[in-house]
Amino acid sequence: MKIDQSLPLEYSTEENRLKIYGFWIFLGAEIMLFATLFASYFTLEGRTGNGPSGAEIFEITPVLIETLVLLTSSFTIGLAIHAMRLGRQKAVIAFFVITLLLGAGFLSVEIYEFIHYVHVGAGIQTSAFTAILLLTLGTHGAHVTIGFFWGLFIVMQIRKRGITPQTANKSFIFSLYWHFLDVVWIFIFSFIYLKGMM
Amino acid sequence: MEFFERFAIPHPSPAIYASMVAIVLTSIALVVGLTYFKKWGYLWREWLTTVDHKRIGIMYLISALLMLFRGGVDAIMLRAQLAVPENQLLDAQHYNEVFTTHGVVMILFMAMPFIIALMNFVVPLQIGARDVAFPRLNALSFWLFFFGAMLFNISFVVGGSPDAGWTSYFPLAGNEFSESVGSNYYMIAIQIAGIGTLMTGINFVTTIMKMRAPGMTLMKMPMFTWTALITNLLITFAFPVLTVLLAMGTFDRLFGTHFFTMDNGGMDMLWANLFWVWGHPEVYILILPAFGVYSEVISTFSRRNLFGYKAMVASIVVISVLSFIVWAHHFYTMGQGPLSNSIFSITTMAIAVPTGVKIFNWLFTMYKGKIEITTPMLYSLLFIPLFTIGGVTGVMLGMSAADYQYHNTMFLVAHFHMVIIPGVVFAMLAGLTYWWPKMFGFMLNERLGKWAAWILAISTLVAFMPMFLTGLDGQARRAYTYSEATGFGPLNMLSFVGAIGLAIGFAVIVYNIYYSVRYSPRNISADPWDARSLEWATHTPVPEYNFAILPQVSSSEAFWDAKKHGHKLFPGRYEEIHMPNKSGVPFIMSAIFFIWGFALIFSLWTLAIIATLGIFACMTHRSFEKDDGHHIHLGEIEETEEKLGGTKL
Repeated sequence: MKIDQSLPLEYSTEENRLKIYGFWIFLGAEIMLFATLFASYFTLEGRTGNGPSGAEIFEITPVLIETLVLLTSSFTIGLAIHAMRLGRQKAVIAFFVITLLLGAGFLSVEIYEFIHYVHVGAGIQTSAFTAILLLTLGTHGAHVTIGFFWGLFIVMQIRKRGITPQTANKSFIFSLYWHFLDVVWIFIFSFIYLKGMM
Repeated sequence: MEFFERFAIPHPSPAIYASMVAIVLTSIALVVGLTYFKKWGYLWREWLTTVDHKRIGIMYLISALLMLFRGGVDAIMLRAQLAVPENQLLDAQHYNEVFTTHGVVMILFMAMPFIIALMNFVVPLQIGARDVAFPRLNALSFWLFFFGAMLFNISFVVGGSPDAGWTSYFPLAGNEFSESVGSNYYMIAIQIAGIGTLMTGINFVTTIMKMRAPGMTLMKMPMFTWTALITNLLITFAFPVLTVLLAMGTFDRLFGTHFFTMDNGGMDMLWANLFWVWGHPEVYILILPAFGVYSEVISTFSRRNLFGYKAMVASIVVISVLSFIVWAHHFYTMGQGPLSNSIFSITTMAIAVPTGVKIFNWLFTMYKGKIEITTPMLYSLLFIPLFTIGGVTGVMLGMSAADYQYHNTMFLVAHFHMVIIPGVVFAMLAGLTYWWPKMFGFMLNERLGKWAAWILAISTLVAFMPMFLTGLDGQARRAYTYSEATGFGPLNMLSFVGAIGLAIGFAVIVYNIYYSVRYSPRNISADPWDARSLEWATHTPVPEYNFAILPQVSSSEAFWDAKKHGHKLFPGRYEEIHMPNKSGVPFIMSAIFFIWGFALIFSLWTLAIIATLGIFACMTHRSFEKDDGHHIHLGEIEETEEKLGGTKL
């Protein structure tokens, strides 16, 4: 395998460059996926049937916690990649672990939020609005969950194999994914929660 | 016993029991045959675990041909039922199931794998690459498609087929009106195959953007590669819509949500809109590679370079953009008002402009060319007038005010068959005949090939022209019978004759394959058509690594330049080649997907959870796996090249 020393490690082989490019295309597909969910959400937002509307069930506190936690995790994964470029393995692992803990924190609050919705009579079967709300949030949450395990596996590999072209490539791609989920969350925060509460 | 009752078919008939027996017998024959000839190891090593784009292409091809047979049998049943008024051959429910599976199978499990088969085999060769960007992912794409298709196909013997049309509109497809598990099959089998297709899209965009031979800029790509690039971009951006749509449909059916129901705020039109936001680009996903095949074939057999290359590229791009903003023309009559209808009318008719540009480019390519009428060229020549009939009636349907007359009549059915058969099916048959020698090392018989082309073309006209008439007179599509007083009888009988003719045409193709396997000479050159692009520059059979030395390109017809103008195609010398390793995981993971889908369809939750864990286990395995591929050493390359006659040009 040829390694091009003039590029950062994650770009250093042909295979690595292809993987990063392909992942950007995948993120393009993901944008369409979430765009479809948002379009459906805007269509069904007012169609609450006999169930509650967004203003009646949204609570600002858990949402703010989720937002803060997830935005911070985006910052820490950025620090992890920075540390990776400096070749500092321990710092990479530390920032990865912090990122994943924040991800887990986000998920716990989201699970609490879902239980709350079911409690106040806004389950997935209640109305078109609750169905699309929970499907959109749930799709994002499922992405975070998968990301959590994916990140966990990468940390284990960095611990065992060190920072190699392969692990660097995986970490970098993971960071793209994680930032993307953050961007989606900003849209969810603005156009689902804030819009719904106004 | 209660547990097994769910697998029973709701509307059994002797034909279905006969199919069950046939399926069981064929499966037993396969297992016994493989065991007797000791081919299990060969099958596993050479095919099930392969990541070679050429072999994956051939597996796509075989699947597409099998599905063509299945969809064709459906078509014959439909036309036989309508051949005479008040016919009792199929009852209403059975007819509903047959037209639904005919549509789904032909579009998603025949046409899609057929174009993906050609793309898989041809695109890496045309751009001078050694494989696709992600060979392992490519294998996963194929196996997901394959198991999705198989899952869909068992529906008619296990639990019942979907019966709400290939568009599966809600509320008809909801639990209230479609009680059997049929529509569950639709939601989940297509989901599995669709994920595979999405991966293909990402894979090929990356391959074409990043792995072209040195010197091949975007505007020097062969036209088929251009259409493949745009098609895969369309796949990448359209299929996620389908993913979400099917997920919502699945939730409605399995978990009692109210996305598309008539109560609790559900909106049935949301399904129709989202379906066509995916569905219309899907039409162009099918037709653009077909245009690419015609461009290659017409330029090769006119012995001229393609007329208006830049206009061709521009028109593909314009078509792909427009394809995303015409979806509402599929339901003008469903009440979105004159303003929306007018806008979608205009965008729809605008598509005729770039399409017309392409037609004229092909005609001008032939003008003053030295035309040689081979089978692929014959298909292309037949395509132009037949497709124009389909295209012009498409513009008629595109006018929203007039559409109230045509909507959901046989006129529409005739239109889209006149577009898809000459457009896609003829192109695939032309491409199959054209690239067959590169795939298998011998040519298909030209005489039989031309017979088939003529029979298919004439039968297409006989089968579908009468439907334009009955449609204008008001014969509704998807109605399982009609009364004698309507007077539709004779024309429908004529359509049935056309359908039989199409079946004969395909039988001739099957016979041609058999005949050519037995009698066709094997000592053909690597370039039997005197063609122009890079796939013909390598040996036949194509070695595992495609090109011993990566080609150097300076125009869109690099191979032609090398043959006629002394362009040096393979400068440099042999070097070690890095190739990906085989893997059985894509096959295993897709098989687990099959079990997962089956479990969901029948609400077997424990099995579904176990299968989900199995899928994640495969992904975890992939994450931890160390796979650096392998190297083909110099000695091996020299030996192979020696055997195949050495690298020339």
